[in-house]
Amino acid sequence: MKEITREENLVYRRTPLMTDATLSYCPGCGHGTIHRLIMEVVEEMGIQSETIGVAPVGCAVLAYDFMDVDFSQAAHGRAPAVATGIKRLWPDKFVFTYQGDGDLAAIGTAETIHACNRGENITIFFVNNGIYGMTGGQMAPTTLEGMKSSTSPYGRNNETMGPPYKITELIAQLSGTYYVTRQAVHKPGPVRKAKKAIRKALEIQKEKKGISFIEFVSNCNSGWKMTPNDSNIWMEEHMFPFYPMGDIKVDGKLVKG
Amino acid sequence: MKELALMKGNEAIAEAAIRIGVDAYFGYPITPQSEVLEYLTLQRPEERTGMVILQAESEVAAINMVYGAAGTGKRAMTSSSSPGISLMQEGISYIAGAELPCLIVNVVRGGPGLGTIQPSQADYFQSTKGGGHGDYRLIVLAPASVQEMADYVELGFDLAFKYRNPVLILTDGLIGQMMEKVELPPQKARIEEFDQSWVITGKTPDRERNIITSLNLDPDLQYEHNLKLQEKYRSMNEDVMFERIGCDDAEFLLVAYGSSARICQKVVDIARGRGKKLGLLRPQTLFPFPTDEIARLSRQVKGIMSVELSAGQMVEDVKLAVNGKVPVYHYGMLGGKIHSPEDVLSAVEDKFIGGL
Repeated sequence: MKEITREENLVYRRTPLMTDATLSYCPGCGHGTIHRLIMEVVEEMGIQSETIGVAPVGCAVLAYDFMDVDFSQAAHGRAPAVATGIKRLWPDKFVFTYQGDGDLAAIGTAETIHACNRGENITIFFVNNGIYGMTGGQMAPTTLEGMKSSTSPYGRNNETMGPPYKITELIAQLSGTYYVTRQAVHKPGPVRKAKKAIRKALEIQKEKKGISFIEFVSNCNSGWKMTPNDSNIWMEEHMFPFYPMGDIKVDGKLVKG
Repeated sequence: MKELALMKGNEAIAEAAIRIGVDAYFGYPITPQSEVLEYLTLQRPEERTGMVILQAESEVAAINMVYGAAGTGKRAMTSSSSPGISLMQEGISYIAGAELPCLIVNVVRGGPGLGTIQPSQADYFQSTKGGGHGDYRLIVLAPASVQEMADYVELGFDLAFKYRNPVLILTDGLIGQMMEKVELPPQKARIEEFDQSWVITGKTPDRERNIITSLNLDPDLQYEHNLKLQEKYRSMNEDVMFERIGCDDAEFLLVAYGSSARICQKVVDIARGRGKKLGLLRPQTLFPFPTDEIARLSRQVKGIMSVELSAGQMVEDVKLAVNGKVPVYHYGMLGGKIHSPEDVLSAVEDKFIGGL
């Protein structure tokens, strides 16, 4: 056994930029994977000492307990404004926000759109699970038509509640956004793609080309009241058709949407 | 060498901010304070000192940009007027909870609601009792001249960093729009070397990560945090500031701040001209409030009148200080109207008749 635990045989290790704290996320949730991927990229780029995160309100409110970089917590929806304040004063640092769908696409719509429109040189990580997870599974701006939540117990009625909307396609229209993509982390293949997207986003920030924005369509097995595996299958069958995977804007040019 | 200028109060705040080397201003237009942002953008402070100026999409965004910027340990500020300050209360509460230093200017206009664009002092409660959610206080400075508008920018940042607490300059449309002679501070460079032990700069191997947050889910920790905040607010008493005008031999006392204090200075002059021993105590800090000084004066005078451009807000703090020793009255003007010295004097004569 001792003979094979050698550096050259190492195929995977946990990045030291993830702390030893036990994740507060439900088993099966995508948040932990996304945290890890961001920290792996920060480690690989060697930018821990230049990276500042902005944590949202919601399930990821304690993101700073798990990612070993400097952090500012933000009020609900205000992360892009907080990140703007940080980045304008530390223009050479890497600044990212980490936000959920309620935070980014409902209460923080104005801050999201205007930070994107100004082309702040920050990276926005947007985790869309179609629900308010932390507060107990209420309807989000991204909840699908007919989807049940604690505030749409008979399913989302587009007529009375308004339809879900795709803020990622919306902000891609703004000249300040340089790289906009939609990813997932529920299987090894998507995880590898998502990590490449994170790397690309932070490289773009280094080059000061404007906003890099990654939406992760993710599951909320607790909020959706499914097993983790069932929630991933449901996500592929229902979320992906409405929120299709892939790049939306690359090098400042729309590729679809 | 003295550098004198004739300026509006709003412009004096903006020029002073550039000259003392403030790092960033984030704001949103609203009457009667838009000159702050207008003056700053016209002056190209990004070239003069490297100061960051940004017009935000709302007051909500502006105060959160200040929150983000303040977490870097640099000197960040904003300004607005009453409805905009109401919008900022969420962010101010977070800034107070996270113990960040910053400067906020409220050029008050009459309310409630959209109210009027004329001057008022009706935001006293909001300013001195917290304003947003939770048990917190701001240090509140109350300038009564264009000179003090300029001077309180540096004072405000000194106090903000001394206590790691937001500081509010509470002024109004009268002082903001009024032009007066002002001696400007000398131009300083922005501070490059500062305490970075607590700020977000990027974690280096020699330290734990720094986290700016107002969140403590554990009630025991939040309890301890609140106790620490309350102790800090009590300790601010050592920085109480006030001006005594004709107080030494006063038999009756006016208490007024800001623009109302300017009017009351005239009231004291007229009364003194008539041989009446009227004094004025002008709080320059509204939090901390000059409670002890008013208590002392209450043992000397026969009556006290709080004179405000409000329905009676500061008068409650005056009464707490006097604690029933002498009668305390309120005289106020509402809705953006301003009392004349004669208005105040006749109220004084009415209440303190026989004494004057």
